[in-house]
Amino acid sequence: MLRLRTLLLALASAFALSGCQYHVLSPQGWVGDQQRNLLIISTLLMLIVIIPVLIMAVYFPLKYRADRDDTSDYDPTFEHSNKIEVVIWGVPILIIIALGYFTYVYTHRLDPYAPLDHLEAGAPVEVQAVSLDWKWLFIYPEFGVASVNELAIPEGRPVNFSLTSSTVMNTLSIPALGGMVYSMAGMETKLHLIADETGTFPGRSAHYSGPGFSHMTFDTLSMSDEDFNAWITDVKAKGATLDRTSYLELEKPTIDEPVRYYGSVEDALFRRIVELCVEDGKVCMGHMMMQDELGGGGIEGIPNASAYSYDRARTIDGFGNLIELPDVEVKAFHEAFWNDPDAICSPDFVFAEKKNNG
Amino acid sequence: MSHSPTASVSIAQHEVHHESPTPIGFWIYLMSDCIIFGALFATYAVLGGGFAGGPGPKDLFEPGFVAIETALLLFSSITFGLAMLQADKGKRDGTMMWLVITGILGAGFIAMEIYEFHHLIHIGAGPDRSAFLSSFFALVGTHGLHVTGGIIWLVTLLSQIKIHGLTGANMRRLGALSMFWHFLDLIWIGVFSFVYLVRLV
Amino acid sequence: MANAHVQPAETFSPIFGRLTLDWIPYHEPILVATFAGVALGGLAVLILMTYFKLWGPLWRDWVVSVDHKKIGIMYMVLGFVMLVRGFADALMMRAQQAMAAGGSEGWLPPHHYDQVFTAHGVIMIFFVAMPFVTGVMNYVMPMQIGARDVAFPFLNNFSFWMTVSGALLVNISLFVGEFARVGWLAFPPLSGSSYSTGPGMDYYLWALQIAGIGTTLSGINLIATVLKMRAPGMKLMEMPIFTWTALITNVLIVVAFPVLTATLALLTLDRYADFHFFTNDFGGNAMMYINLIWIWGHPEVYILIIPCFGIFSEIVSTFSGKPIFGYKTMVWATACIMVLSFVVWLHHFFTMGSGASVNTFFGITTMIISIPTGVKIFNWLFTMYKGRVRLEVPMLWTIGFLVTFTIGGMTGVLLAVPPVDFQLHNTLFLIAHFHNVIIGGVVFAVYAAVSYWWPKAFGFKMSDKWGKRSFWFWLTGFYFAFMPLYALGLMGVTRRMNSYPDAGWQPYFIVAGFGALLILMGILCTFMNFYVSIRDRNENRVGNDPWDARTLEWATQSPPAPYNFPFDLQVSGREAFWTMKQQGFTWPKDNFKPIHMPKGTATGVLISALSLAFGFAMVWYIWWLAIITFVGMIGLGIAHTFNYKRDYYIPVDEVAATEAKGAAV
Repeated sequence: MLRLRTLLLALASAFALSGCQYHVLSPQGWVGDQQRNLLIISTLLMLIVIIPVLIMAVYFPLKYRADRDDTSDYDPTFEHSNKIEVVIWGVPILIIIALGYFTYVYTHRLDPYAPLDHLEAGAPVEVQAVSLDWKWLFIYPEFGVASVNELAIPEGRPVNFSLTSSTVMNTLSIPALGGMVYSMAGMETKLHLIADETGTFPGRSAHYSGPGFSHMTFDTLSMSDEDFNAWITDVKAKGATLDRTSYLELEKPTIDEPVRYYGSVEDALFRRIVELCVEDGKVCMGHMMMQDELGGGGIEGIPNASAYSYDRARTIDGFGNLIELPDVEVKAFHEAFWNDPDAICSPDFVFAEKKNNG
Repeated sequence: MSHSPTASVSIAQHEVHHESPTPIGFWIYLMSDCIIFGALFATYAVLGGGFAGGPGPKDLFEPGFVAIETALLLFSSITFGLAMLQADKGKRDGTMMWLVITGILGAGFIAMEIYEFHHLIHIGAGPDRSAFLSSFFALVGTHGLHVTGGIIWLVTLLSQIKIHGLTGANMRRLGALSMFWHFLDLIWIGVFSFVYLVRLV
Repeated sequence: MANAHVQPAETFSPIFGRLTLDWIPYHEPILVATFAGVALGGLAVLILMTYFKLWGPLWRDWVVSVDHKKIGIMYMVLGFVMLVRGFADALMMRAQQAMAAGGSEGWLPPHHYDQVFTAHGVIMIFFVAMPFVTGVMNYVMPMQIGARDVAFPFLNNFSFWMTVSGALLVNISLFVGEFARVGWLAFPPLSGSSYSTGPGMDYYLWALQIAGIGTTLSGINLIATVLKMRAPGMKLMEMPIFTWTALITNVLIVVAFPVLTATLALLTLDRYADFHFFTNDFGGNAMMYINLIWIWGHPEVYILIIPCFGIFSEIVSTFSGKPIFGYKTMVWATACIMVLSFVVWLHHFFTMGSGASVNTFFGITTMIISIPTGVKIFNWLFTMYKGRVRLEVPMLWTIGFLVTFTIGGMTGVLLAVPPVDFQLHNTLFLIAHFHNVIIGGVVFAVYAAVSYWWPKAFGFKMSDKWGKRSFWFWLTGFYFAFMPLYALGLMGVTRRMNSYPDAGWQPYFIVAGFGALLILMGILCTFMNFYVSIRDRNENRVGNDPWDARTLEWATQSPPAPYNFPFDLQVSGREAFWTMKQQGFTWPKDNFKPIHMPKGTATGVLISALSLAFGFAMVWYIWWLAIITFVGMIGLGIAHTFNYKRDYYIPVDEVAATEAKGAAV
């Protein structure tokens, strides 16, 4: 018994000392603040009906238990009451109407795509965030610098994120600042956040993305304008160059990648990442869509398959190691198939193809 | 009101014969199948414009070919209707004859579809070339698999009618297959208009 | 940082496909120990079964049986077996997260841990919760409507064995190869052929596809049963609430599961034949998968919970000694939930970047579902009001449910508010929420149902003592296990993390692990309860109506005769059995007639066995086996249609002898 008490005491003090930050409840930025407020408003609204239900759920079975002294109020025919029906439909409906109102207002106010200009908090900073396997790349287009697994932002100024991913889906999540949005390959999503305090806030990917997922964490350094400018200057001074070649190198899957900096970034690199055409010889998605609008590439476009292929070159095994596969050769394969189906169906062919895997 | 005076339970006077649940059960199955096709149509609607620099419908589909395909299937629906009329009159041989014709028409449809798929894959416009082709092959191919299943069923049922005649059980099966066949026809009309006609216009 | 491990090389042999010895995880001590345990246990069962000559009875009375009651019981057995497997996964995860703080990597590397959380979700939903609710519906519903069996008894047997095949395939992945590492809904591109090489993801696809066929067919079957097999005179608005919820659940199954079938088929084509539905390149669109899977996935959670609402309705009414309060409201509320469940799917991904108006729409539709759900809770409360509430074990689970589910519902509505969800999405708050409603709702309901209908199924009551122990362990265990996760969620802690940098979170994970141990005690108490109850069955024999119940299943013998009711009933009014008791109804002792019954068949189990082999062959690219088994399945199915003698008559003297043993009512 004593041991149990010691254990409980130890646990209680551990909670007290752990200094855990309830980021969602005590955020460090306007967006998070608003979201917290809505969380509390919604909870309070619902408690209007939840508390009575919880009380009744315990009180009724005890009060009306079969072995009570006086069962004269037992009424086996009581199975309908218009008054009660009105209340049990009416009260939840009213609460949901109120909640719906707040939802409408706040969802529009806190649309992650909406810039935070209305806060009149100073010039926003653009950050292009790319989720790679398994690290975060942050590009600062206005300054031509980039960092991996470290995000520096100026306190009190909105941050306009453009998000994308190199392969699978991830989520950029900095709970201390506010909500998250997915990053997806071939697409650009938006997120607007602001930090009202300086400090270091944890950030991570909040969507499971493979073997290195748990290490896709980064520190968000919220700093004063001067410190931020100094950080940019510092990165510029010491960092390497992020061009298409070094991006392709960086993009290869790694786990628990250390922080690193790039002092200069090739123009429009982010555009190319979004459009899946960093590699030479790949057709950018914007171009492809335009072509599609006009009816595609026609029969003569068939052999160009490899210019549109993206995932195949990024194939990984279950531990996160790249598997090198030969590029797609759609036409050749089909021609081979129809000219000499036996050759392909025989195990030798498959083996020959796979042998190249390294 | 469970305690109302009208509530009563007694032994049923006559042995209860539930009407066969097969028709309604088969209907429900068809509705669930319809949802599968719905998902495939939706996929085609979303991805049908993604040619990835490859060919589009105008490059690949020939209206005349598809029209003949469609005609075969529509006629097979009519011949199935004729088979049902014969069956309702209790004429076994007539039923079987029309069923055979239905099966031949269906097989013709499938043969044409296989030819089309073969041709597409041959020129390199297989399902791996673009999302448009993926969704096309999935939608049309699923319909084709259903028709193939229908033909296998039809052959099975033919031999069963041959063995047992137009018994109650066989009539139920015939009814179910008839629903299935007309359902596939309906789906094909959707495919024809949505995949071929719209894109060619 | 390079990895120490690599996946076995892709090779292909015509006989074994891509299966090589490298795929047998004999270097993983955890798996070897598990395998040894399973093998020894299996061997013991085999020996005991042979020794007691149980193979014949098992085959004749259970495996090939088309009796809805036996199939219902087999579903429950499957559910409990898989609960053990799924819960072992849960314990492994809780242990890992209790350890892996601040630089420690814990005991499970990501490669293993990621399989464990995927398997846990898949197993708990598809092979625990689904068999449980299907089992209860199978067992109870036909009797509640006065039927002798379901509409399509063979199909019922087939559906069950297909579910078993799916479950077996998942379990085979434990010892041959690996399971998927993608999360339970397998979002592409992660689940596509480039980012999930290896057989794990294929096990996922074929297991769910095979089990899904069973579920869809079972849904069709049970709808047809409710619509066509009711006792004459029983109108729709006179059916017991549980039957109503069964009907609505199966409508949801039939509408939702085809979407799952189609979606998984598309992903399968992506992986096997280089299609481009959900790839990043060639115009594929992964967001479409996420939409499609949730169009199935959201109704799926109502498929799980709605029958549980029915179970609680029956229990609360029986143990309060009153008809359910607001019957019509109850039916309409359930119907509302059915319809609304199809227009809320987007709330699972508010963070994908839809516009504010779209998010608002789906947020508000989600909140609207809480209205009929809330009404149901009030209805149960007012059923107890002015009643005579007997706090037997089923009723304890019900009260535990009312409290727990209400809290889970509240956190669910919080997640339905898009800006709040932006913060809480994919955090442990979400995990806590859905365990709150699934454990508090589905698991508690199934436990309540087992203790409630057990005496009907076997003729004796379960042990009160062990039932109560099980309940209190589960209840306290649940709160210990998941309240810390709510707290962690409010700190912004993400789900599915194999290790985490912030050591401050560790105490919470330790408490959650402690809660999981309490739940383990709850599960052990349940198995103890089975053992003790069966051991002491002769002391605990009860009559046909031990709880003073109100619906028709209690008008049968305990356990019910194969034909359920010796005579067909003509019914009018709700609560038919209550009416019978009021009328002083007794079953006649003579004038029996022969009873028309469906015959058992081995076709279902054989086709399912072939489908299991087919699934295995497809996972490993063993094409010859795949072709043979596929043709075999079609051939067996066709052969089955040539059998026209599928029924028989139970002769009068057999009926008379059965009825003499224990007259119902």
